[in-house]
Amino acid sequence: MTCTFDIAVIGGGIMGCGAALQLAGGGMNTVILEQGDIGGGASGVNAGTLSMQIKRVKLMPYAIKGHAEWESMGSSVGFKKTGGYTLAFNDREAELLNERMNMKREAGANITFIEPSKLENIEPHLTKKIVAASYCPDDGFANSSLTGQYYRNRIEEAGIHFFERYKVTGIRSTSEGYEINSGGETISARRILLACGGWMKTIAAMLGADLPIRARVNTVSVTERAPKFINSVIGHATGLLTMKQKDNGTLLIGGGWQGKGKPEDGRGNVSIDSLIPNLQLAQFVVPELSKIRIIRSWTGFESNVPDFYPLAGKLPNNDNVFILGCVRGGYTIGPYISKLMGDYILDKELELPLFDPSRKMEEGKLI
Amino acid sequence: MYDVIVIGAGPAGATAALETSYGGLKTLLIDEQLEAGGQVWRARSKSIINAPKNNYSIAGDDLRSRVGAGLVNILFGVRVWQIEKANDHWTLGIQGCEEKQVKAKKLVIATGAQERVIPVPGWTLPGVFGLAGATALFKEHMIIPGRRTIVAGNGPLLFYVASEVLRLGGQVSAVVSLNSRKDWLGVLPGMLRNPSLIIQGLSWMFSLYKNRVPIYWQHAVKSIAGKSSVEGANICAVDKNWSLISQGEQYIKGESVCYGQGLMPAIEATRLAGADHHFDEKLGGWVPTLDKYGRTSVSGLYACGDNAGILGADAAPHRGGLTANAIFEDTGMSNRVDINQKAYDASIKFGLAATKLSIPRAGYESFISAETEVCRCEGISRAEIDYEIKNGSLSPDAIKSGTRCGMGPCGGRFCNESVSILTEYLTGKNRKEIGITSARPPLRPVCMDSVSNELNYNDLPIPGVSPL
Ligand SMILES: Cc1cc2nc3c(=O)[nH]c(=O)nc-3n(C[C@H](O)[C@H](O)[C@H](O)COP(=O)(O)OP(=O)(O)OC[C@H]3O[C@@H](n4cnc5c(N)ncnc54)[C@H](O)[C@@H]3O)c2cc1C
Repeated sequence: MTCTFDIAVIGGGIMGCGAALQLAGGGMNTVILEQGDIGGGASGVNAGTLSMQIKRVKLMPYAIKGHAEWESMGSSVGFKKTGGYTLAFNDREAELLNERMNMKREAGANITFIEPSKLENIEPHLTKKIVAASYCPDDGFANSSLTGQYYRNRIEEAGIHFFERYKVTGIRSTSEGYEINSGGETISARRILLACGGWMKTIAAMLGADLPIRARVNTVSVTERAPKFINSVIGHATGLLTMKQKDNGTLLIGGGWQGKGKPEDGRGNVSIDSLIPNLQLAQFVVPELSKIRIIRSWTGFESNVPDFYPLAGKLPNNDNVFILGCVRGGYTIGPYISKLMGDYILDKELELPLFDPSRKMEEGKLI
Repeated sequence: MYDVIVIGAGPAGATAALETSYGGLKTLLIDEQLEAGGQVWRARSKSIINAPKNNYSIAGDDLRSRVGAGLVNILFGVRVWQIEKANDHWTLGIQGCEEKQVKAKKLVIATGAQERVIPVPGWTLPGVFGLAGATALFKEHMIIPGRRTIVAGNGPLLFYVASEVLRLGGQVSAVVSLNSRKDWLGVLPGMLRNPSLIIQGLSWMFSLYKNRVPIYWQHAVKSIAGKSSVEGANICAVDKNWSLISQGEQYIKGESVCYGQGLMPAIEATRLAGADHHFDEKLGGWVPTLDKYGRTSVSGLYACGDNAGILGADAAPHRGGLTANAIFEDTGMSNRVDINQKAYDASIKFGLAATKLSIPRAGYESFISAETEVCRCEGISRAEIDYEIKNGSLSPDAIKSGTRCGMGPCGGRFCNESVSILTEYLTGKNRKEIGITSARPPLRPVCMDSVSNELNYNDLPIPGVSPL
């Protein structure tokens, strides 16, 4: 390949595809390089929860903008605005819920509290053991299985070049820009955007950057088609359960329980030790689930840095390499923050600030 | 903790388990059926227990008596739903018994074969049985699938099924064989390695001849007809590549159709356990990559029997014995099972010859019409899959994501093969390039309450809560 692109985006997930669309819209000759299928990473296997209630306070403005993007994508990504309830089952969780949801409300999310007794009429299949609950009418979900199909169509329409099964194995800087290798093949580009999700650390290292990136291995399960049990997105005060029921009756159960495996080794695996409490919690919340069958459980990689804020900006000491990732709740925020990233690379004015990868990162506190 | 767990109590798995337990290793044999024997040596139900014996039932009874002797631990009627490895031992999630998990140092997977059924219009009508599914009915219950049966597909199973229907008092309207007489002649040298099976084969053919059953060579079922259940089938000729030849279609009456395209290795368990696999047409499709003893690419994981490549019942006990030897060696034991190499070689030649007849040829995709339901769980037609592939989804995972094909309760067990055949046809890529879908638990759907005991909410292991 002799053609030199204005920019090569490494990683064809929601971040890479979203940014590529913005970049191509701004006139850049863009190529996406993806090791597997477009949307085959976290963006295609996540739980699809688009919930304000599980977004971080500081990321709320981005999540609100992200929501608007999802709404406009609509049925082609299975978008549904169902509203969502977050539940607490003891005093400690109720306190946590109260404190956190108030802060999120102050940050702009439309969150209220609801008496557990009132919930009985709205979601009659939930356990009666609820101590406290919050509600957000904007919450909903999308069908992450459709991410690949959706973005493949859009990048093709936008005339963006993309190579699937192109696993970047080496990057060399030249006087013109960069030569990006995959086995024997080479593609050259003036700039690079790293958007490789859970695999970010390895790729950044190819450019000499040592970033404190870690990968999580999140688990999701799906049930067979079941009678209508829930109408809205159900969450847990700790964030350890998300549940939604699709129109076809299947329920998706997530909550970020950790599987095993490392991105460098190719794939993650479900771990029985975390899957079981995840499923137990789901049955506790909706007792009738106990007789429903699990059809499939899987994992996906998600990366983060110690302060759990995004990396979105220039790679340290590098003017032509950009990085976008480590976004908590990245599926919700992805369509928006990737646009911002595109604007940043295009040198346009930004609607909201990005997150400089060169910042000092302190370890975020877990409660 | 067991020294060895064997999943699958067919001739390969049960042999491996018996041998390792004879050798003094604490062994557990698990099977979802209630008795040992697997598909080929399947146990009979109580109602037919006194029926005349045949080769299969004799071999099966012998195996069952050895398994029943008590040296090997058994969990029958139990399903494995999860397999994972940590710290050099295996943990299996199981369902159907008191225990929820079992652990072992070494794991042998002997899950056998599964049926390959490529869809044609009408294949989901009541009254259509898989060829292997039909043999299970015969062996366990001596039930025949309907008054008049059309037996269609390819490979040796076709003639066995037809002759069993006749033996059990049913009628066979026709045998419709994709293979030609020439195909059969071509594999005869390999088949001759097992004279007793050849004699058996001849007796099947003789019973068809005696009952004047028409055999349509190099023909296939184009569609299965019927309102609420099978009433008949339209058949037509195929060319060498098994493409449909439209002229000269015929209609045959029958109340049931036994239909299938041979057997494929059942590799879900070895895939879930993380072993490398490759595509080998001679062995029936995707198989775990093994040394000749059945060691996989993962240490402590072994595979034997038809799931390691379709070689049939005669080869299976030898393969089980070899795997036991690998385990002895890897455990530092000097015990060895005697393998009759000559008999094993002959069974391999025979098995390869039989499998050669079963591999579907490229042209067979022409039988899957645009409206044919390829994924019966989700109701996805060929047209939808073709559209997705033409739209740029190339890998089995991407096609599954985009269409829902294979997302239902069967986990793609039936439709994955058809999707690969369609991808091969539309893209010109070979099966190795196309690849397979990711392996994910559970191996079979599991009821949520059967994987764990009841939860005490306060015992829930809550990890750190997400940052604000
Ligand atoms: C199981 C799970 C559940 C989740 N649930 C939710 C949720 O409910 N709601 C929510 O908002 N967020 C959720 N998330 C987070 C969200 O999915 C991610 O933040 C988001 O999808 C990240 O998008 P991405 O494009 O950065 O990463 P990805 O989608 O992973 O894309 C990165 C791409 O880079 C490619 N790549 C990597 N290395 C190379 C290389 N060397 N060469 C070429 N290509 C390469 C990968 O193949 C991959 O396709 C979840 C995450 C997981 C894993």
